[in-house]
Amino acid sequence: MEKFTELTAIAAPMPNENIDTDQIIPARFLKTIQRTGLGKNAFAAQRYDDNGNENPDFVLNKEPYRHAEILITYDNLGCGSSREHAPWALLDFGIRCVIAPSFADIFFNNCFKNGILPIRLPREICDELMGDARQGANSRLTVDLEKQIIIRPDGNVVPFEVDPFRRHMLLEGLDDIGQTLAHDAEISSFEHQASRAWVPSISMGTAK
Amino acid sequence: MPVSSSPRTLFDKIWADHVVDRLEDGTCILYIDRHLVHEVTSPQAFEGLRMAGRRLRRPDATVAVVDHNVPTSDRSQPIEEPESRLQIETLEKNVAEFGVPYFPLRSASQGIVHVVGPEQGISLPGMTIVCGDSHTSTHGALGALAFGIGTSEVEHVMATQTLLQKPAKNMRVSVEGKVGPGVTAKDIMLAIIGKIGTAGGTGHVIEFAGSAIRDLDMAGRMTLCNMSIEGGAKAGLIAPDETTFAYVKGRPFAPKGEAFEQACAYWRTLASDEGAHFDTEVTLKAEDIVPSVTWGNSPQDVLPIDGVVPSPSDFKDPAQAAQVQRALDYMGLTAGQKIAGTPVDVVFIGSCTNSRLEDLRAAAEVVRGRHVAKNVRAMIVPGSGLVKVAAEAEGLDKIFLDAGFEWREAGCSMCLGMNPDRLTPGQRCASTSNRNFEGRQGPGGRTHLCSPSMAAAAAVTGTLCDVRELMKETV
Ligand code: SF4
Repeated sequence: MEKFTELTAIAAPMPNENIDTDQIIPARFLKTIQRTGLGKNAFAAQRYDDNGNENPDFVLNKEPYRHAEILITYDNLGCGSSREHAPWALLDFGIRCVIAPSFADIFFNNCFKNGILPIRLPREICDELMGDARQGANSRLTVDLEKQIIIRPDGNVVPFEVDPFRRHMLLEGLDDIGQTLAHDAEISSFEHQASRAWVPSISMGTAK
Repeated sequence: MPVSSSPRTLFDKIWADHVVDRLEDGTCILYIDRHLVHEVTSPQAFEGLRMAGRRLRRPDATVAVVDHNVPTSDRSQPIEEPESRLQIETLEKNVAEFGVPYFPLRSASQGIVHVVGPEQGISLPGMTIVCGDSHTSTHGALGALAFGIGTSEVEHVMATQTLLQKPAKNMRVSVEGKVGPGVTAKDIMLAIIGKIGTAGGTGHVIEFAGSAIRDLDMAGRMTLCNMSIEGGAKAGLIAPDETTFAYVKGRPFAPKGEAFEQACAYWRTLASDEGAHFDTEVTLKAEDIVPSVTWGNSPQDVLPIDGVVPSPSDFKDPAQAAQVQRALDYMGLTAGQKIAGTPVDVVFIGSCTNSRLEDLRAAAEVVRGRHVAKNVRAMIVPGSGLVKVAAEAEGLDKIFLDAGFEWREAGCSMCLGMNPDRLTPGQRCASTSNRNFEGRQGPGGRTHLCSPSMAAAAAVTGTLCDVRELMKETV
């Protein structure tokens, strides 16, 4: 996973609530067996017309937002399915940071696992950042994960909270499987507790 | 342990019994008892294991099915769509390589992962159950902690049989009293989501409680827990009781004999203690709940069937007003119009929300002796091969076929349209599935969520309508 330390980039405004994972990547693009290549179909239903031509009104089809690496939305971003194809599509498009007043849990989690930083900020602050993002060429924000601050185009600073464990993993670009496997002995002794005797093992020979 | 002396919730207890270790910042390594796998969210995880040279830790705690992509028509032919075929073949290759128990496409037990798990006794009370699918919450109906995960976490579970998690908050939704005729678990859940909103449960696990919940059979409980995710919750739970034990007993993979009795003794200890703390409490009166449908593109856009479609001017927040307008445009509805009487083109009875035998019986009850309206395409997609067989044994297939319904093979089908079952742009569908998002059932498709009996009523009248009217006619 790519590290996330500091990012200075164009922020795109998407002033909607409940942007669901079906919007971020429609189901018909889930047939891939790879993680990459989904960026061209991110937000496909809004981004393209029925003939596959770009819809000029959609924010990510406009300059400079074609190059956005930050997305600002309203409440409940990423609601709906657990598909990790949603953050994969965002990442493949180039998005590294998403800012909203609230997120759906699974999506929030999935972002961290892919090197995308999701930042929760109060609605009033999201309103201000939305204003910044609307300024076209002037919509550059700096997101500093080390210091946990966002620097706005006018130089004002917005602090944000992030879970310390997840921050550490992002800053270092670590994979949590390796970390958990370091606890292999504890996992094994948990598995063999007598109180777990009722949990059946599954094999296709057991039943049909 | 000091914690055990204070009253605990069902969630607290299952959680505590699965913590392997607690890291410095409070993140827990949570043991996972059951990992369900399907073809869409697993290929990248298997690939990750392979690339890192890691083994699958517990193939005997893992089960795979194919459901999202599978055709629900004739299965004697090879799968036509090359990408769907590739995903299914990839799963088959992976389960063979890693030794995962698997219900193949042409097995009689194949079906939607959230129907198959409980039906086979793979999902049991007191377990932690995960799957790379948000509707894993369904299995919470058994009194298990069951939730959806992303593909990175799928890989994490494969490699370690654990997940890194922090405890969720506790929410209790109590529904007291008795529901009226024609009101189903689906209506109860739509009412709950209408009340708390799609973000109402964020960060919480919901425990459903109250007399109206205890009265539900397991299929109804699964419908309720299934849509917990639509209320934003991580999971939904119902305390296991005699209804649960009777359901579990004798299922193929459930414990047998002495082991079953021991398990029951443990499961009985799981109910929330008197006085346990809930961070959020919500109460509904069962008598207030009526047959409902959704009008917009979010599951919280719920209307009682006698209601009218809202107007953007009802909302102060301009962003919300704009969103209502957008939904009206997308759905082809006018502010202030009655929702009843809206003509439908398609009726879909299926999905992990409402495709169990009880759901099909409820639909058949309405359909019996009637015929699908002209110009309506109506389809029944049983949740599993076993549901299909059981329904046929009761003659339900005949009722549906005689009425002009399609009687199809098990799978996700038109719930999300990854297989050929899709709405075409502008088509309006009464659907027993769980999501009415734009394009969910096919690009441009318009979804109205409702119960199986309401969907059946829409099929035979050709419009969204109050199933209670038809029930009157029958009596
Ligand atoms: S039936 Fe629908 S909601 Fe359920 S698992 Fe399949 S696609 Fe997901």
